[in-house]
Amino acid sequence: MAPKDWNGASFTRTVPEWAAECLSGFGGLFFTRERALPSKNFRSGLAMATLHTRSAARLMMAPSVLLLLAWMIIPLAMTIYFSFLRYNLLMPGMEEYAGFSNYSYFLTDPAFFTAIANTLLIVVGVLLITVVGGILFALLLDQPMFGQGIVRILVIAPFFVMPTVSALVWKNMFMNPVNGLFAWIAKSFGFQPIDWFASVPLFSIIIIVAWQWLPFATLIMLTALQSLDEEQKEAAEMDGAGAFSKFFYIILPHMARAITVVVLIQTIFLLSVFAEILVTTNGGPGIQSTNLTYLVYAQALLQFDIGGASAGGIVAVILANIVAFFLVRLIGKNLEA
Amino acid sequence: MGSISLQKVSKVFGEAKVIPSIDLDINNGEFVVFVGPSGCGKSTLLRLIAGLEDVSGGKVVIDGKDATDAAPSERGLAMVFQSYALYPHMSVRNNIAFPLKMAGMPKEEIDKKVSDAARVLNLTDYLERKPRQLSGGQRQRVAIGRAIVRQPSAFLFDEPLSNLDAALRVNMRLEISELHQQLKTTMIYVTHDQVEAMTMADKIVVLNRGNIEQVGSPLELYRSPRNLFVAGFIGSPKMNLISGDYARAQNAATIGIRPEHVSLSTSDGDWRGTVTVAEHLGSDTFLHVNADGVGPITVRAGGEFGVKHGDTVFITPDKSRMHRFDDKGLAIPAAA
Ligand SMILES: Nc1ncnc2c1ncn2[C@@H]1O[C@H](COP(=O)(O)OP(=O)(O)OP(=O)(O)O)[C@@H](O)[C@H]1O
Ligand SMILES: [Mg+2]
Repeated sequence: MAPKDWNGASFTRTVPEWAAECLSGFGGLFFTRERALPSKNFRSGLAMATLHTRSAARLMMAPSVLLLLAWMIIPLAMTIYFSFLRYNLLMPGMEEYAGFSNYSYFLTDPAFFTAIANTLLIVVGVLLITVVGGILFALLLDQPMFGQGIVRILVIAPFFVMPTVSALVWKNMFMNPVNGLFAWIAKSFGFQPIDWFASVPLFSIIIIVAWQWLPFATLIMLTALQSLDEEQKEAAEMDGAGAFSKFFYIILPHMARAITVVVLIQTIFLLSVFAEILVTTNGGPGIQSTNLTYLVYAQALLQFDIGGASAGGIVAVILANIVAFFLVRLIGKNLEA
Repeated sequence: MGSISLQKVSKVFGEAKVIPSIDLDINNGEFVVFVGPSGCGKSTLLRLIAGLEDVSGGKVVIDGKDATDAAPSERGLAMVFQSYALYPHMSVRNNIAFPLKMAGMPKEEIDKKVSDAARVLNLTDYLERKPRQLSGGQRQRVAIGRAIVRQPSAFLFDEPLSNLDAALRVNMRLEISELHQQLKTTMIYVTHDQVEAMTMADKIVVLNRGNIEQVGSPLELYRSPRNLFVAGFIGSPKMNLISGDYARAQNAATIGIRPEHVSLSTSDGDWRGTVTVAEHLGSDTFLHVNADGVGPITVRAGGEFGVKHGDTVFITPDKSRMHRFDDKGLAIPAAA
């Protein structure tokens, strides 16, 4: 990733880099600064010539860096501050320093572990469906067919639907145990309809969220697929590779980078799925479909406990960074050219 | 084995008839070069032979068997692509091993074949590298390596040298010719560079707009081009083509004379002219002369022929090496 022309290249961030940085959260800020500089030997070679340019560049970057920093630091600092207060909206004016008690309540709450498990299940489940589904759809859409343009637009469409709307559509039109399409299909085959949100609430949410993210994954996979050199496919064909070998030896490795981008970007958003839960299951039944975000929400706005919710928020941030850390270590190397 | 025969092969892309109808026989062990201007259908013809395109009509017969409907991998041919088409995420070793792996060969045998090929192609030190860590010439050799391990009945090359610089091109040209001497396998080689065609081929196929203009050995094409197109295409610099009164006096519509068959003098000769450009190459000098009453003529003179722009020279064509063409552009046999 060493920039070739550091004046130009180092400032333009590609999507994967951006994703990696967002994911690494706070740490990302420091990664970024380091990576934006030319590699070591490049630096020593041109040290004299570019020293001046570099300090000028830093000076010019400073306002935006400071603004971004403030943007992040102030809310974060306030959240951290609240998390150490006993602060309940039902008892205004009674705030007092609470030490780590908010944290210990949050972390020892049995709901906390369920929420973590649910959060991870949503992330992993949706990623599995969207990555596999995205690849399959991309392969399909890459075939020349009648009405290709329209089909492609239709496939992208779900991405434009608001999460609350799509979740409601799923809830009322598809998964409703009485009037839903799935119930109707089950009944017309003589089966007992499934009451989706009651019997498999988390799975239902995974399906809804996956449906929303499938277009994004498909789109990225499709562009990756289309950038595969035609001659490479032909060479593989001449080398005797059948459809499956061609897919596993040529196409899939070529898509590694795209898959990484999809996984990184989606993880950011999937860690904080909220609207879909709010309008369908409300985290229930019980806490079966409560993820961390929803737990924090429940704490703050259903129990009016701002201190506890802030502690939960900070825990969520730390967990997200842990996930990001491992994710970037695990698959980040795919992004290097 | 590696004889290939095309019988009335044609190819249509939508409305465009790229190859009207071609008959061609390629014998086992021959080095055949398809040559022609850009867009004449060389690549298409090669891909038809490879099976990467389906023929619109006619038959492709390989080793006596009709292979018209056979899949590319069933034809026993190996192709080297212009872009090399190496698999970027695989090491050189895995690239070369890929066709063998696909054929389900046992691992030890694959290793042996790969190291043999690497030795022949001077790639032994690079086996663990990725293609992007290689130079153009090395990549080219990997592509050839991937082709030879399969021991195909014929090799197909599509402008394999066009991405290399001039010096490397000459080198690789020699290496491919040597490889052909060693393997004695049929090779079909596409190029638009007539120097490559002349130096490498046993048999040249000159294509123009999807038609075969002439098939023959390099010297045959050089000595007796069948028509104006071949005459103009084969030979460097190009043959001088003269029409008008002078041609009519010889009972022809056009007269062709190669630059190397024109002699030059500063005192007397058939045609008088002025030098417009003198290109000194060291070993040769190419003079562009504007001859009175005949038009521009290119002349090949000795290396140290000291004339320059604006000088008056006298030139004399070698009548015995003149080519005569009728008004349809076909060569008129010398006897007639
Ligand atoms: N897939 C295709 N669809 C439509 N037309 C095509 C297709 N492939 C090739 N052609 C046309 O067929 C003609 C011959 O193409 P081809 O690639 O065989 O030329 P070529 O002789 O290899 O030229 P070059 O020396 O530039 O590689 C061209 O006019 C081209 O536009
Ligand atoms: Mg071509």
